[in-house]
Amino acid sequence: MKKQMDVSCHRHAVEFADGVYWVGALDPTLRTFDIILSTANGTTYNSYLVKGSEGVAVIDTVKENFSDEFFSRLESEVDYSDIKYIVLNHLEPDHTGALPELMRRAPQAKLYISQRAVSMLKALLKPAADKKENNFDYTTVNTGDSISLGNRTLSFLHTPFLHWPDTQCTYLEEEAVLFSGDVFGCHYCDQRLFNDLVGDFRFSFDYYYAHIMRPFKTYVMDALKLIEPLKIKQIAPTHGPILRERPRRYVTHYRELSTSSLSREIVNDNKTLIIFYMSSYGNTARMAKEVSDGASDFDDVRVSLYDLEGGETEPFVDLIEEADALLFGSPTINGDAVKPIWDLLSSLVVINLKGKLGGAFGSYGWSGEAVPMIEDRMRGLKMKIPQEGLRVKLIPDDEELEACRLFGYQVASVLSGKKEQQDVIDFADLK
Amino acid sequence: MAKGKITFEDIEQTVNVPAGTRIIEVSEKIGAGIIYGCREGDCGTCITHVTEGWNNLTEPSVLEEKVLKENMASRHDRLACQAQVLGDCKVKPA
Repeated sequence: MKKQMDVSCHRHAVEFADGVYWVGALDPTLRTFDIILSTANGTTYNSYLVKGSEGVAVIDTVKENFSDEFFSRLESEVDYSDIKYIVLNHLEPDHTGALPELMRRAPQAKLYISQRAVSMLKALLKPAADKKENNFDYTTVNTGDSISLGNRTLSFLHTPFLHWPDTQCTYLEEEAVLFSGDVFGCHYCDQRLFNDLVGDFRFSFDYYYAHIMRPFKTYVMDALKLIEPLKIKQIAPTHGPILRERPRRYVTHYRELSTSSLSREIVNDNKTLIIFYMSSYGNTARMAKEVSDGASDFDDVRVSLYDLEGGETEPFVDLIEEADALLFGSPTINGDAVKPIWDLLSSLVVINLKGKLGGAFGSYGWSGEAVPMIEDRMRGLKMKIPQEGLRVKLIPDDEELEACRLFGYQVASVLSGKKEQQDVIDFADLK
Repeated sequence: MAKGKITFEDIEQTVNVPAGTRIIEVSEKIGAGIIYGCREGDCGTCITHVTEGWNNLTEPSVLEEKVLKENMASRHDRLACQAQVLGDCKVKPA
């Protein structure tokens, strides 16, 4: 019978490169991470230990209630007095939970963090009630900085917003190991630890990217520019399997996931405008059709029209991510926009909407609050609303349908760049 | 009322604002590329580089200076949520 690796049956450090150890913890029973993420088989909190001829570095720690397992694994390999450096690639509590206790046990160790991590570190290490200040020594590092452990060197890559402002990666040059923080991680708990031994974790890897890294695609691309030139033998992320078998493919996969697929579909610099609507008596639907026709007057604007009643949220989120402008048509029912509109507008947290154009329209019976409510939500999502929304009381007449065409035309004209942006805008005119 | 022109270099847009307007109020409305966190001068996320007209912004407070220092901000960097426009200036995301 094949002898399987099983780190759950002991509490030792696991060496995976010369003098490089995994000292993390398994959390197999976790089913929801950070309120929002499903974790079908739990997760791991990966912490690492690097031994050099002149001292030891600990890279990241674990969630606080897994401290025992982390300290046991650490103690199996080093004395606390040998720890010279503590590198924190990401300060979220699932990686810094054991930090205060580690600092108590290894008071001589110096902290190495990114520039953006300082205020977070101070907020995490707040002094006890009886003390005014909490003194600790830290050094901020940037791309190009490194620390020496004697016969080996840890160098730093500044990779902000993956997925917090403070995030960075650390690279062990001599062994070509990239300690990547949450990048290339996933919530997947397997006692076999390495990507070539664990079960099929592709779903977990992609799911993690989609929920954690996707809103920061441009930052992923920036980070890849630093990571891709490195020689990489192993990637050691803070969650999920250590990637030692063909690690480069995960880097390539990140680039694929972060690259626009729409740009391959449309010609030149054409813009895309999507109109979503709901309609109970067909009035908002008629408006939507006219808005669409008006917007379609421009050759360089590709218009899509969707009835939300006939679709599901998730694929629409994919469409929205790559669209340049979004228009929502909703009737007003009891003073509000209808639920499918809100369902879609509340599902956009995984994508970046900043700077997209938005607009709203709809038919109403009494009061018509839906349109301004949708506009407010879009402004809250950092979208720009170039054209005031359009409301029609009950059935649109010819004049009102013409206004719908004009509304679509005007939004599309801003998108196509035909409507010249004013050189200087007055603050009072901004909405 | 005193006015100032603030130009966001990343989107090449200039806005005429009443003196005393915070950079964040304007950049948010026109969708410039400055990123925000706490909006109260604590997190340092909205660090913005002032390329021209440094003196046409309010002086940084002691607290703002502290956050800028902690974040290793370079010379002429400001927090968009704190700096108020007094005259003409040009900014871009740091």
